[in-house]
Amino acid sequence: MRRWLGLYAAAVYAFLHVPLVILAIFSFNASRFTVWQGFSLHWYRAIFQDQQLAESTWNSVIIAVVATILSTIAGTLCAYGLWKRGSALLSGSLYLSLVTPEIVMGISLLALFQWSFRWMHWRLGLYTVILAHVAFSIAYVVIVIAARLRTFSPSLEEAALDLGATEWQAFRYVTLPALLPGIVAAALLALTVSFDDYVITSMVAGVDSETLPMVIYAMARRGASPVINAISALIVVVFGTLVLISEKVRAA
Amino acid sequence: MESILELRGLVKHFAGHRAVDGISLAIPRGGFYSLLGPSGCGKTTTLRLIAGFEQPTAGDVLLDGVVVNEQRPYQRNVSTVFQNYALFPHLTAAENIAFGLKRRGTPNISHRVAAALDLVRLSGKESRYPAQLSGGERQRVALARSLVLEPEVLLLDEPLAALDPKLRKQMRLELKEMQRRVGITFLLVTHDQEEALSMSDQLAVMNAGAIEQVGTPQDVYLRPSTRFVAGFLGAVNWIGGVGLRPEVTRISRLLPSNGGRYRPATVTGSVFLGNCVHVLTRLDSGEDAVAEIPRNNGAYHDGEAIHLCWNPSDEMIFP
Amino acid sequence: MKTAAGWERLRAWFLLPAWIWMLALFAAPFAIVICYSLLTRGAYGGLGTPWTWENYQRLIDPLYLVIVLKSFLMAAETTAICLLLGFPLALFISRAGSRKNVYLQLVILPFWTSFLVRIYAWLFLLRDTGLINTALRHMGLIHDPLPLLYNDGAVLLGLVYGYLPFMVLPVYATLERLDPALVEAAADLGAKPWPTLLHVILPLSAPGIRAGSILVFIPALGAYLTPDLLGGGRTVLIGNLVQNQFTNARDWPFGAAISVGLMALVGVLVILMLRREREGLV
Repeated sequence: MRRWLGLYAAAVYAFLHVPLVILAIFSFNASRFTVWQGFSLHWYRAIFQDQQLAESTWNSVIIAVVATILSTIAGTLCAYGLWKRGSALLSGSLYLSLVTPEIVMGISLLALFQWSFRWMHWRLGLYTVILAHVAFSIAYVVIVIAARLRTFSPSLEEAALDLGATEWQAFRYVTLPALLPGIVAAALLALTVSFDDYVITSMVAGVDSETLPMVIYAMARRGASPVINAISALIVVVFGTLVLISEKVRAA
Repeated sequence: MESILELRGLVKHFAGHRAVDGISLAIPRGGFYSLLGPSGCGKTTTLRLIAGFEQPTAGDVLLDGVVVNEQRPYQRNVSTVFQNYALFPHLTAAENIAFGLKRRGTPNISHRVAAALDLVRLSGKESRYPAQLSGGERQRVALARSLVLEPEVLLLDEPLAALDPKLRKQMRLELKEMQRRVGITFLLVTHDQEEALSMSDQLAVMNAGAIEQVGTPQDVYLRPSTRFVAGFLGAVNWIGGVGLRPEVTRISRLLPSNGGRYRPATVTGSVFLGNCVHVLTRLDSGEDAVAEIPRNNGAYHDGEAIHLCWNPSDEMIFP
Repeated sequence: MKTAAGWERLRAWFLLPAWIWMLALFAAPFAIVICYSLLTRGAYGGLGTPWTWENYQRLIDPLYLVIVLKSFLMAAETTAICLLLGFPLALFISRAGSRKNVYLQLVILPFWTSFLVRIYAWLFLLRDTGLINTALRHMGLIHDPLPLLYNDGAVLLGLVYGYLPFMVLPVYATLERLDPALVEAAADLGAKPWPTLLHVILPLSAPGIRAGSILVFIPALGAYLTPDLLGGGRTVLIGNLVQNQFTNARDWPFGAAISVGLMALVGVLVILMLRREREGLV
């Protein structure tokens, strides 16, 4: 049985990884057709010369960083608070936000923003995207930190209190340091989730707040271009590295 | 005030469970005191009530004459050595010990930390992290961490339970010695009667949330006030409603003539324990009894008819 | 965890940001959507005042019911395939000994690298001028390109590809916690590998299978990007329908009604699963 299982696993892994590998290989194709015609870095060079790509990538970075900072702070504090004493309403909402289909989240946030624009004469922009990203990333952060807290012994905080620390000081000097690897992992997770988002972003982005996924989507819709292969390969490498770092940190 | 720590009618209920059911205790200054009892008897809960991790359902905890029920752990001048030591893993031994001092803003921290390390004989290990220390060393860091704050009472929650047997015996002496040197009142919680007997100046035996007896080790061992205390502190032979320790139960092949009490019995087995022999017997009246005899007192064979004898003064009688 | 007054205060402060999030960015949007679903479409695609149930009534229209049914079917198929493909993989990983983590990473890794990119990878492979067709033509096996893309099959493939890890991870988690002694006991009592799998391992992995199924079914039900890119507009699922109402069709009230319906479905499924978990005591 073992032998079959191993072979089967190999096949599934191939199914999961080969498409991406092929994508990456053809990003080095000299020709724009799916016939291999020699190795070339042409498409990579094209990326770095594209103004739209540069702007949208920059937007994506800003959004991701700001949203990550906000959601990591809120999520960490939330996970800790729930660890002290649960709240069915809050936990339920967090879980629901995870399973809510992205399109529904997107349109409801859009509805919120448009409704609030009646009272304030504002428009969709980077900030609406940031708020939206915070909205869906908080749950991820909470999950990671909550998992970390499960292995944390409450007696450490008690010891801190016993030695003269107040509750806040116990959190700050004992619990927080212990959570740090988890916080880093959660932040990296939020970063990748935010950077990659298309559906929700496309609904709440303003005219000037185009993100990289939005550009990629437009390109993919228009037709295949090795430029997308190159961008994809870069994204896979960068994200993959971030995820690996995140896992290493989490295991620490 | 005479007693440094006093418990008055202390009660703690958890959902449907009376962990501590009306305890009153007065612990004198400067000694080594123990709370002894089986698991679940409420001794750890009592400790946590004293430390401030639990709030009493009823009754009072008084520290140096002051009621401290409302005070948070960081407001009370008691310190706890936890069973698993609860050393902060991200801090070195020295930083662990300095923790409480830093919170207080005490001056001369490094000086005091060095003195504490010296007291527990860990000088040289100050930059080690808990993960790099042995079980015994971790325990000493935990002790130093608490003692450096000079609490009125040091609470120890089964501190020797996590150590291996040989180390345990050695630590008993060290702890006792440390208490004498430092002069702080130690309150130890344990389920190990040997530990309690060997270290305490006074001890309280607990069962099912209540105190059954308070006294010196000799008091509770030789003159237990209840059957439970008798049985918990050591082995007991129950012969006709009277309790006898195996070490005062002797065996004789002949009828004794010195005025002691005796009963006929049959030998059912023999266990060689190294320093002595336990002879298992069954009395004619049906009870089982164990007699502890020196190892060179000859061998008794299964099935042999003998007499168990003892001095009336060794009897433990309960109402 | 028991708390005392000091902890309660800290906890209250710490939960404040999350409560703000919950109210402002989660509850409020949904409330507004519910309101919108009861309004009427305005003249220029905005919102008009007559409060009405009309939008929900439209949902019953066979035209839209077909889409709902199709989405259900697709989600069910996706879940079933993910289970069939994912369970053996999870089993393999749980028996991989020291290399468990590596194999787990290999499953997680592709999942976290850009959803968009992963869909595009299939576009690259499946289109008429894509790799598969080009390769087949070069080998002389076909003359005209095979219509691999822009159909339900491609969407199903994309959904399975996208959500497989969601099935593998929970099932693995349950298998990992399985007491190996149970399998040994079965063998000891005379069961061969297959019956052991069927009668011991499978039933005991039920919690993981349930969790994985929900984690696949719900997103698949509300999928938008996959059918959009891989289905090319021919495969219309609930997600596409909603998106269309908020962009091209400009019928926000109707789109809102569909969303509310979808969320109701999701809510029911989640409650069912949570109830099962509580009863299961696992």
